[in-house]
Amino acid sequence: MKINASKCVACGNCTYVCPMGAIYVDPVIKRATIDSNECVECYTCFHGMSQEHLNPTLVRGMRKIFQMMRLRFDPEPDVCPTAAFEPDELVWPRVVRRAFSDPRVPHESTGVQGRGTEEVKTNDVSGRVKEGEVGFTIEFGRPGVGVWFHEIQKMTWALAKAGVSFEKKNPITSLMSDVPTGTLRADILNEKIMSAIVEIKVTVDRTEEIIHLVREIEPQVDTVIALGVGVRCDSEGEDTVVAPILERMGYSLERAKTNIGLGRITQTEPPKQEELAGAIM
Amino acid sequence: MTNTLHRYGNAASFYDDYVVFAIPSRGKNDKGSVPKLKKFLEMALPFKPVNLGDAIHGGALRPCRDMHPTSHWNRDMTPDFRAVIDGVDAPTTVAAVFDSRVSAEDFVKTVKEADLGLCVNISTSIDGAEQCCQVAGIPRHSIGYSLGFQGKTEKLPNTQVLMLTTMCGHGMIGTSMAKKMIDWVKEGRRTPEQATTYMARFCSCGVYNPARAKRILEDARHSTK
Repeated sequence: MKINASKCVACGNCTYVCPMGAIYVDPVIKRATIDSNECVECYTCFHGMSQEHLNPTLVRGMRKIFQMMRLRFDPEPDVCPTAAFEPDELVWPRVVRRAFSDPRVPHESTGVQGRGTEEVKTNDVSGRVKEGEVGFTIEFGRPGVGVWFHEIQKMTWALAKAGVSFEKKNPITSLMSDVPTGTLRADILNEKIMSAIVEIKVTVDRTEEIIHLVREIEPQVDTVIALGVGVRCDSEGEDTVVAPILERMGYSLERAKTNIGLGRITQTEPPKQEELAGAIM
Repeated sequence: MTNTLHRYGNAASFYDDYVVFAIPSRGKNDKGSVPKLKKFLEMALPFKPVNLGDAIHGGALRPCRDMHPTSHWNRDMTPDFRAVIDGVDAPTTVAAVFDSRVSAEDFVKTVKEADLGLCVNISTSIDGAEQCCQVAGIPRHSIGYSLGFQGKTEKLPNTQVLMLTTMCGHGMIGTSMAKKMIDWVKEGRRTPEQATTYMARFCSCGVYNPARAKRILEDARHSTK
């Protein structure tokens, strides 16, 4: 993303809007500026802000007059008055920033948007997690912190060493140069993204072991981690196996997404890539 | 839907937060799913959702690409549910957000009766979802638990900011923006409704809960935690 300096009036609205805090008004050039190292190409500034198309010279002049009179501005906070944001043409490897940060963009590996994973949300038709199994979603960078791929690799290395299998239909797995060791492609390691999910599946008896492993590696990873645990309920719709383990480990189970099992398989052939824009929320 | 899974708060705080979403699975039931997704959203309307959304085009409150300068004094703050329903044009996840358990329960019952064949999930407190299932007579199929945030949690903002920002799990609502909105409400520069609408426009899939956000901002007006 870039800001057209001839349009920017340094109103500062975008500095609050940027989820990574990567936009600031440069005191020398007096224009909003993006720290491209910290920018994750989420396009929040471009897509999220409403746009006016005011004359920049006029707006700057008015702002100067008001400033001299010490009058406080009270503009709408979600508006770019001159539509100054302009997307860059992203090339590899920077393009992965957008794929993992802008939820409108589908992941090439899975064909879906958001974080590119279905987890147990479609378990009623995918059978991804069966009784006696536990699906872990280990999410890095959320909320609002961001993460570098080299930080994620610390966890994937440790998980691979523990002999877990990574979910194949997952964008992070698709970026591994060596799945058995959990090694990510070298050319993306210095890219920063909004968030990403590593997905693994183990048997129930390894639940505690995996959580302990994640806790052990966490201090080495320079970001926040959100842990999710997916389970298949029994025929009564109950989970009497995994929840007690989690509670015993000290977790207070407050929120969950519950798949209510209304899905049906209605097709047998996989769709073509271009047919899919299915997004994952 | 991890986007709604890790909302910050304890179970009691989700009493006004029920996200019911339908998702077609790639290669399993996504073909021909667009009319069903539209019907899912249409069926939600009688139960007075506080937001509707699809993951491609966004929610019922959206930014404007060509805003007129005079609209600063007269901005439309009304959610446009019809635009969301009409805008669904490809297989995607669609969501209906409710601020009461009764509405969510009634909607889930209706969805069950419609038998659309789509995968349907409820994201709220564990008990809240279980109760919806019981009322509809559906045994839960699978559960994705949130174990909350771990690791470098010192990088996270204060509680109320976190409650506001995590309602867009894709991270489109910046910490600074949420903090600014709390400050503006405290200063009396904007009402909680206005501040909520600003934030909701950034949510790109329509799962932001304006009713809950408004309540959080009202609380924050008196005391920032």
